[in-house]
Amino acid sequence: MNAPSITTSSAEETQVPSRFNLQAALKDAFKTALITLALSIPILSYKTEQNGGELFLASRWWLVAAVVGIIFVLRVLEHAFLATKASRKALPDPHQATEPVHAEPSAYQKVSRFAIPLFLGVALSFPLLVYLVQGGLNESRYFVDLGILILTYVMLGWGLNIVVGLAGLLDLGYVAFYAVGAYSYALLSTTFGLSFWICLPLAGILAAFWGMILGFPVLRLRGDYLAIVTLAFGEIIRLVLINWVDLTNGGAGISSIPRATFFGVPFTSGDDGFAALFGLDFNAMHRYIFLYYLILGLALLTNFVTMRLRRLPIGRAWEALREDEIACRSLGINTTNTKLTAFAIGAMFGGFAGSFFAVRQGFVSPESFNFLESAIILAIVVLGGMGSQIGVAIAAIVLVGGPEMLRNLTFLKAVFGENFDPNEYRLLLFGAGMVAMMVWRPRGLISEREPSVILKERKAISGSLVKEGHG
Amino acid sequence: MRWQQDPILDVQHLTMRFGGLVAINDLSFKVGRGDITALIGPNGAGKTTVFNCITGFYKPTEGMLALRKPNGSQLLLERLPGFDINWKAKVARTFQNIRLFSGMTVLENLLVAQHNPLMISSGFTFLGVLGIGGYAKAERAAIERAKFWLEKTRLIHRADDPAGDLPYGDQRRLEIARAMCTDPLLLCLDEPAAGLNPRESLELNELLLSIRKDHGTSILLIEHDMSVVMEISDHVVVLDYGTKISDGSPTEVKNDPRVIAAYLGVADEEIAKVEAEIGA
Repeated sequence: MNAPSITTSSAEETQVPSRFNLQAALKDAFKTALITLALSIPILSYKTEQNGGELFLASRWWLVAAVVGIIFVLRVLEHAFLATKASRKALPDPHQATEPVHAEPSAYQKVSRFAIPLFLGVALSFPLLVYLVQGGLNESRYFVDLGILILTYVMLGWGLNIVVGLAGLLDLGYVAFYAVGAYSYALLSTTFGLSFWICLPLAGILAAFWGMILGFPVLRLRGDYLAIVTLAFGEIIRLVLINWVDLTNGGAGISSIPRATFFGVPFTSGDDGFAALFGLDFNAMHRYIFLYYLILGLALLTNFVTMRLRRLPIGRAWEALREDEIACRSLGINTTNTKLTAFAIGAMFGGFAGSFFAVRQGFVSPESFNFLESAIILAIVVLGGMGSQIGVAIAAIVLVGGPEMLRNLTFLKAVFGENFDPNEYRLLLFGAGMVAMMVWRPRGLISEREPSVILKERKAISGSLVKEGHG
Repeated sequence: MRWQQDPILDVQHLTMRFGGLVAINDLSFKVGRGDITALIGPNGAGKTTVFNCITGFYKPTEGMLALRKPNGSQLLLERLPGFDINWKAKVARTFQNIRLFSGMTVLENLLVAQHNPLMISSGFTFLGVLGIGGYAKAERAAIERAKFWLEKTRLIHRADDPAGDLPYGDQRRLEIARAMCTDPLLLCLDEPAAGLNPRESLELNELLLSIRKDHGTSILLIEHDMSVVMEISDHVVVLDYGTKISDGSPTEVKNDPRVIAAYLGVADEEIAKVEAEIGA
């Protein structure tokens, strides 16, 4: 700090013109939005609709507003992206610098300041937005269902992130804990008539228990060997579910699992139902919207607990274990317990998600818990950037929501002929996306690691320094 | 001869075999409380193996490693599980090839070193997750302790940088700071001066002397750099082919003919005598 360093000062000089200027970006984005508004008034704002023999104009001002808003946000993001790209070019590599390099907040840090409230806001208001866009509760069923599906995977990704991203233990059989959770709720509720809110923690505890059972034999394994054993464990659970017919009803699965209730109030059309209690007209969608908020709450709980754990000694021990197990042992960290807690807590959230899955479907069968599910959850974690919460959420949206969107691309039929089904190319696109990611961002969408504690200045840690774990 | 009167570590008849290879053969020595003890010897003499036995990375084939606490109680290191050697017996170590948590910041490295006390104050995570109990206070105290060691090792200005970004000399010092954050009674340093320039190794000497003086930590070090060994150590143990060939104060060891022979070989006129001894 005493001597003025050459690298930092020269970086500041060259960087000045290319630094992200929020005011200029907002001004430019506003202009762009105005142009969009002007263009979309004649094109988007009115639509002719036919009602019987009548033809009338329906206004679609919300669509205009949405388009203008999207264009505005995209334009700001473009500015931020270009500015950070330019400043990254200007900034020297801080690697092995003998003097501390004053770190400009990275693109990720800048974006996350806007993105996290944005994501949260969209997630919280999603059913409302869908209701407004689709113009009715029944019409929004598809999107609310999709939202539930995405959030389930976000939650599973966050759960697996504890094991893979933080503790660096490659787990290819995560779906086993999802299955344990689902079957726990299915069996406990159908046999003993326990309610969802009692079964949820029980399912989590049972899954955590199974996480420890998996943990014990694999403690000494590393890398590929660990992956194979966890993969086998996932398959064992599935095969037991298929073959233990007395308990699980085998491949036929367990049906008529009790539906979710609003803290005891069922979603029925009767007098004691949810709609009657709140003075609403009965609509089956109430249950779906409740399920949506339920999984959102569970996912946010997972996130909250994970963020909290990262700042506690156990979370730091997980990350230290990922970095160097031998050094951990020399510092008095019980690596056995640390690994087992990572497995158990990761599995617990898998169990919560599983019991949610059972209450949503009302039906569970072993077919839902095959290896492909594990692979998708792991792909979400790896693609999002191991250890990054927001990256995992984005990856879940892309990997789960993306293929669903393919169903809607009916205009492709006009290009490729009537028999073209974009859904058949789902896995091909999936693979192409993965390859592209591995070329451009081999460490995942967000590879930077956020320090869990700071003394003076928050600096993101480059992904190239963070190890992936060896076991 | 402090190491005879008040040893902190008493190594007795330590033998370590890897299959047919005898890495350490019936080694006995004592490390005095408050001493800086150097373990030296040519390459492959088994110095790091001794360290790995003391710090629990190897279970010795034979022998006893007794650590004597200041209150007189005795712990047998060979019977403790690896992680308890740091936590219960208060023996910390550094590594020959630096083993920092390179993707974590310098400060985080020092907090990981205080894992066990922090774990207790966070109620084994249960209270910490709920945000009750004294965890926040304990963490602040842990950060203060980390700051103390960062200032002592002159790394405070790099506290928020990832450990992997530090230059080599700083990484060596950080590893010592991290070991000291576990509040050890005995600090084992595996070649702390390797790869340091003369100025840096001079600073290392000062750091080690102040650790001994201000914190009462006994130090056991492996070192090839004789300027470090001869200047700061009170007691030198020389190993060759897994056996002890000399043991005493630095001046005694420096003038021991067996040590000279092991390091420099023997003179031409003595070859016949040596060959006769070993029956060649």
